[in-house]
Amino acid sequence: MAETIVKVRNVYKSFGEHKILNGVDLDIEEGKITAVIGKSGTGKSVLLKNIIGILKPDSGEIFFKDRDIAKMNERELLEIRKNIGYLFQDAALFDFMSVEDNIKFPLVEQLGMKNGSELSGRVAELLDLVELPGIEKKFPSELSGGMRKRVGLARAIAVRPKIVLFDEPTTGLDPILAESIDGLIDMVNKELNMTCVVISHDIASVFRHADKIALLYDGVIQFCGTPKDALASNHEVLKHFISNSFRCAASETV
Amino acid sequence: MVEFIARFLRSLRRFLQFFTDCCRWLFCPPFRFGQIAEHIEKIGLQSVPIVALSVFTTGMILSLQLINIMYIFRAETFAGAAVAIAMSRELAPVVTAIVLIAKNGSAMTAEIGSMKVTEQISAMETMAVSPLRYLVVPRIFASILTFPALTAIANAVGVYGGYFVAAHVMGVNSVAYNHTMFFFVDPDDIWTGLVKAAVFGFIVTVICCYHGLQTSGGAKGVGRRTTAAVVLSTVAILVADYIMTFLFIRFLGM
Repeated sequence: MAETIVKVRNVYKSFGEHKILNGVDLDIEEGKITAVIGKSGTGKSVLLKNIIGILKPDSGEIFFKDRDIAKMNERELLEIRKNIGYLFQDAALFDFMSVEDNIKFPLVEQLGMKNGSELSGRVAELLDLVELPGIEKKFPSELSGGMRKRVGLARAIAVRPKIVLFDEPTTGLDPILAESIDGLIDMVNKELNMTCVVISHDIASVFRHADKIALLYDGVIQFCGTPKDALASNHEVLKHFISNSFRCAASETV
Repeated sequence: MVEFIARFLRSLRRFLQFFTDCCRWLFCPPFRFGQIAEHIEKIGLQSVPIVALSVFTTGMILSLQLINIMYIFRAETFAGAAVAIAMSRELAPVVTAIVLIAKNGSAMTAEIGSMKVTEQISAMETMAVSPLRYLVVPRIFASILTFPALTAIANAVGVYGGYFVAAHVMGVNSVAYNHTMFFFVDPDDIWTGLVKAAVFGFIVTVICCYHGLQTSGGAKGVGRRTTAAVVLSTVAILVADYIMTFLFIRFLGM
């Protein structure tokens, strides 16, 4: 049984009158890939942002290795975030920096690396890892959506965090690119031994690589289990969600 | 009405928190000298021509008006002193600040604001880097240094603008004009103007960066915040100017 690295307990979050999270409970196991699925606008990204402390829950607890993120001040949060990588939906690369400077950023700011050749070597190594060698001098505006996500991933794993959060990593990509991003998530998990939390609408991809699937619906985790459990489940919403997603994927293929 | 007041008080509290954070981080290393130099170049060097042109014409207009009035009393040579004192105490710092608000303050809000709406600020936070320390503090340092430097240049150019009109357009005796100017102008007139400029630099940068970091709502939000930042900065420097002038007169007798 894998150890739980992040525990989300009874988390509530609202924006004004709009309730997003309504008592979320979730365990993220170390070394595993956990996928969070659900309709658009159900608060999946909000959940990830609460886990990394960009947003604070209205109530509830989020433990990272027994330390409650929800109760941390800004200084403590900066410290805890060194353990967590985050790949944003649109990669959120710094548009005023080259690819090289984007990847160097966490290495310099978090690890305090200063040696120029060591930094360049590390950047080249990370770009090789995401299969984009030689694009150090390009700017984000010169990259395609898929390339931006790969560079975003290289930046997210640069400091070798314990856990990487992926916010819809395959959204907006064609199936081939989406598959290659899935391959990278597997590589991050299996070869680099990082725990992965993936938010996705791509149910086929979730079934391919996730160890655990959590369904967020009406602000609550309605189901949490292995892909096998998900397929066998009688949970109405989950069944509906899975069958609809596969039907859509099939019609897109035709 | 109650809701409006409550919202205003919440905004004020957020701004005061940001203001105190800025003051605190100004004295905390590391000081990012590379970034400070970059901003000095952007705010300072690139603004010299536009600041010079603005104060040159201001000096010319002031001289024209003063000489026109002083002719009545046959005191036109005293216009030199009046132009120089008004320029160094008030006009150079205020006109320079207004030009820099339009040119750089608006750019600061728009740059940081578009980073906010494209999640680049959140990305920075996930990499354990405080946006305030990385983006705001170097800009504050650069402004505190460049506003007075540009004001010093503005003093010289503005006074020359006044002299140019007096000597070459209005036919005032240039020797007498310069003599009264050097006789009446005191070093205190100059340094109080430079102190004002440094305070203006701090105020403008804090307001513009605050609005940038509070941006939401896409491109429209960036535009709205930029307008608000420019309007508030302009009003704030005029209020600050009055307060500082009052204090200088009250406590330093000048």
